[in-house]
Amino acid sequence: MLFVFVRRIYHLTIYRQNMQLKRVVVTGIGALTPLGNNLEDYWNGLINGVSGANMITLFDASKFKTKFACELKNFEATDYLDRKESRKIDRFAQIAIIASDQAVLDAKIDKATINPDRVGVIFGSGIGGLITFQNEVIDFAKGDGTPRFNPYFIPKMILDIAAGQISMRHGFRGPNFAVVSACASSTNAIIDAFDYIRIGKADIVVTGGSEAVVSQAGVGGFNAMKALSERNDGFETASRPYDKDRDGFVMGEGAGVLILEDLDHALARGAHIYCEIAGGGATADAHHITAPHPEGLGAKNVMLSALKDAGMKPEDIDYINTHGTSTPLGDGAELKAITHVFGEHAYKLNISSTKSMTGHCLGAAGVIEAIACIQSIVHGIIPPTINHFTDDPELDPQLNFTFNKAQHRPVNAALSNTFGFGGHNAAVIVKKYVA
Amino acid sequence: MSDIATRVKKIIVDKLGVDEAEVTTEASFTNDLGADSLDTVELIMEFEKEFNISIPDEQAETITTVGQAVAYLEEHAK
Repeated sequence: MLFVFVRRIYHLTIYRQNMQLKRVVVTGIGALTPLGNNLEDYWNGLINGVSGANMITLFDASKFKTKFACELKNFEATDYLDRKESRKIDRFAQIAIIASDQAVLDAKIDKATINPDRVGVIFGSGIGGLITFQNEVIDFAKGDGTPRFNPYFIPKMILDIAAGQISMRHGFRGPNFAVVSACASSTNAIIDAFDYIRIGKADIVVTGGSEAVVSQAGVGGFNAMKALSERNDGFETASRPYDKDRDGFVMGEGAGVLILEDLDHALARGAHIYCEIAGGGATADAHHITAPHPEGLGAKNVMLSALKDAGMKPEDIDYINTHGTSTPLGDGAELKAITHVFGEHAYKLNISSTKSMTGHCLGAAGVIEAIACIQSIVHGIIPPTINHFTDDPELDPQLNFTFNKAQHRPVNAALSNTFGFGGHNAAVIVKKYVA
Repeated sequence: MSDIATRVKKIIVDKLGVDEAEVTTEASFTNDLGADSLDTVELIMEFEKEFNISIPDEQAETITTVGQAVAYLEEHAK
């Protein structure tokens, strides 16, 4: 009996050791961002240094400290979704569906030739259907206490509904769940999707994230924390990571989707390959609910862990798309971590915060910025950190922040950092696909 | 068509996204107009709001067609 048990454990160990991790590639992209409602417009906005900021149109912000945000432009859900359906879906899930439609189309997934039981959806959001939640509660509070909640209140609001909606739309019946780690959510989702495929639990995973909380509760809540920039008289220049006069982040909204696929599966169906996912890391600061660790400890560990996972050296990285939210504390802590991890190489790589253009899309930031990294590999262009006016004497001036103008540079590998309230850190490394 | 019938029809067209022509007296919310169980609950709530009444659950369950809704509301609407 004991012998049988020991033999089983032994075989399991051997099996695990021999288990070859699969390579995972990106075969489709979808994006709805404050710079444009598709990948091409998003990328053109990025490399041309366009600000996505605007005075808030989604609600009357006249009494709010912050009256601007990076909203989606010219976006009407009914241009993409049936009116009856869109009414039952919160804005965050609407844009998740639309971006995933783009990505599925881009990946040319032929539903007749794939096994839908092996296609998963692992999708992030920081908050979920806050607008629905807010409006339902406002309606309830207006009444005499009689509960008159809409039957779609809960299924509109819950954060996992985006993953569910995407699966229903395409008939993808593989692993399906949501990932939440505040502003690191969609990076954690990408890493989970990567893991599911590389250990053989899925052929394809639709992953990414979405966020849409430009609302009274969203802006009011972040305002109360003093997290948002209040530069109402110069909103287009408010998101200014690494500038001496940065005064908080600018809220953005958007959705990004990647189709991750087992390399062999992608090759067998002749898919276009954007790049390979090299590795990912996830750590915690274990320090404070909202403030970053002053020395960037969790950020340092997450980059080291992503490099280790990818089997890469610091010198292999050409570009870091930073979390860089334009807050006084966060920007400096992350840079400390970068100089610690990358040493001399920190001065050779390009660093940029594309949040200077998109604003901070919260739970969608990770994937939207991973897409910027992928495009930097594809096009050999580093998108800039715009709105730089005054050097911050606290920050290392030798670092190349890619200030104000895009730079041409061949990129073999890029790393994207994201950090979330709660002390969550996640980093993903993408690299050029080489057969 | 009564004023109540017109208002009922308008709500159904709006909430279920169907053509006005489909909303006949005999039309069943679920069998003919594509409503699921949550849509039906939402319709009843909209009727309550529009006509400022409260429809008890056991009554609500018996309202499954356009005609039944109009008849109920003609009887109970204030």
